Amino acid sequence: MALLTLENVSVAYDNQYILKDFNLNIEKGQLISLLGPSGCGKTTTLRLIAGFLEAKDGRFLFDGKDYTRVPVNKRNFGFVFQSYALFPHMSVFDNVAFGLRLRKVSETEVKQRVEQILDVVSLGGFEKRFPKELSGGQRQRVAIARALVIQPDLLLFDEPLSNLDANLRVNMRVEIRRIQQELGITTVYVSHDQEECFSISDRVAIMNKGVIEQLDDPATIFKYPKTEFIARFIGFNNFITFGERTEQDGEIELRVGGHRFAATHNPGTANAQAKKCAMRPDDLIVTTEAQADLETNRLPGTVKISTFLGRSYQYVVETDLGDFTVNQEMETPYKSGQTVHLLFPKDKMVLVD
Amino acid sequence: MQEKNRGLALFTLLVFVFLLGPLVIISFTSFEPGTVLKFPPEGFSWRWYENIFEVKMFMTTFGTSMFVSLVGNLLALLLGVPAAYALSRFQFKGKGLLNAVFISPVLIPGIVMGFAMLKYVIITYNLPIYAGLLIGHTVIMLPFIIRVVASSLSNFDFAIEEAALSLGAGKVETFFKVVLPNIRSGIIAAILIAFLESFNNVDISVFMTGPGVSTLPIQMLTYVENNFDPTIAALSVLLMIITAILMFIIERMMGLSYFTKR
Repeated sequence: MALLTLENVSVAYDNQYILKDFNLNIEKGQLISLLGPSGCGKTTTLRLIAGFLEAKDGRFLFDGKDYTRVPVNKRNFGFVFQSYALFPHMSVFDNVAFGLRLRKVSETEVKQRVEQILDVVSLGGFEKRFPKELSGGQRQRVAIARALVIQPDLLLFDEPLSNLDANLRVNMRVEIRRIQQELGITTVYVSHDQEECFSISDRVAIMNKGVIEQLDDPATIFKYPKTEFIARFIGFNNFITFGERTEQDGEIELRVGGHRFAATHNPGTANAQAKKCAMRPDDLIVTTEAQADLETNRLPGTVKISTFLGRSYQYVVETDLGDFTVNQEMETPYKSGQTVHLLFPKDKMVLVD
Repeated sequence: MQEKNRGLALFTLLVFVFLLGPLVIISFTSFEPGTVLKFPPEGFSWRWYENIFEVKMFMTTFGTSMFVSLVGNLLALLLGVPAAYALSRFQFKGKGLLNAVFISPVLIPGIVMGFAMLKYVIITYNLPIYAGLLIGHTVIMLPFIIRVVASSLSNFDFAIEEAALSLGAGKVETFFKVVLPNIRSGIIAAILIAFLESFNNVDISVFMTGPGVSTLPIQMLTYVENNFDPTIAALSVLLMIITAILMFIIERMMGLSYFTKR
């Protein structure tokens, strides 16, 4: 049974729904990310779980108990904010001790537990510093320690790394994952950075307009995006919409404008007759050889734009099915205006809804 | 370029002379040994400073002024801090209007305010003069408290409050343990500014004072009507010093930025 369940939850401001009949299940011990563009409802979902927002309809179950009307301060969830939200008038020690003192823990135990958790976030010896004397990364560690020290039943992160610079962001996300696994604490993580989400999560929920479009482990999403929205979001920017679809002995054949393509079955799609294919720029091949032996999965075209990306070249190839973007590593690049052939490997053609 | 700067410097100097000149003259004349205000003074004496403490009405009205300014301040704080908090923290319909209403005592001419207060507090509801004076001064101070506290709350990250809630603190506990300590300097500045406004107020006080109850500025007006000795100059210098000290503390507390930003 899931540890956390959101059941047909709705949240609305001024009769405008952010979430409507929203459902989510989270298993104990997992780190689940909510990922999506701004305005997709991911932060709203997190704040609803935290208790900062109240649902208009629906139920929130946690560990089998109804938490829908339980106030924030009675939930025992740790929350890590984007702005860190440390108490500026308190030392690192007092910041971390805040939650323990509210729980009437004895001072000796407070001291012991604060020091222990500061070691976990590698901040031993910083007890007497004040937030303004710390760097961004150190502040975020204090914020994490402060949320962890109360031994929360659930840990919530709201874009915790977006105020840090790129290098630190990578270090911190590894750190967060390490701590989460070490303590085995169920975690909900919100971010708009897909690399961040994919690298640390057990499962990723991709949200769009208040709905979870796909909830899977990162590798599955990466390989088999369910919908065009998700495909676009994770970097598939070539699409072909086909007119006809036939299936024989498990082989899928698609046709449009006299061209024939073979494609791979996508286990995720809801529509068994999906006729749209998504392809990554890295997976297409540009060639000048005619390769006449290939009857399917190829398109003649002209190089429209050629740009240098550092390791590879990016081409925009114009065909009678539209423009395609291809990234390809090579010694001598193709020139604009050159006639080429585009090859579409069968296993890289992903059917989406 | 050089020429232009010199011209600007001269202009600035003139403005300073214009602004500070009267204060300097008052300060000099307060040391006049004779019985008539004169500039320049014909000698040096502490005589009129001593006289302040001999005029009984100055002492009584000073007490009254202190009382209404301090107690009124407390009342204005109790009303103003929650109002400022609500105005900064929440989005709701009519917020702009409410803001305008709270600030209105500053925008309405004091005479009009004073007269309106007289009509309602004293004539219609027939409250005792002391109570009327106290209400009047609370109203004078309220907008300043709200504005200064709201300005200091505008720099406050309300995520900090949510952090306290998520760690298990109740709403009231959060306000006293986390919000209040972080806007403390704003509150102290608000208290001092409101105090100055109330203590120096004439236009509303003049309607709210009556037989036997008066504030120091009103008493000073009355005194000048009948006497032309340098006592008032001496008293003005004392009040200027007190004001300067308070302004210095305010400046230390939060800078004078609230004068320039809305």
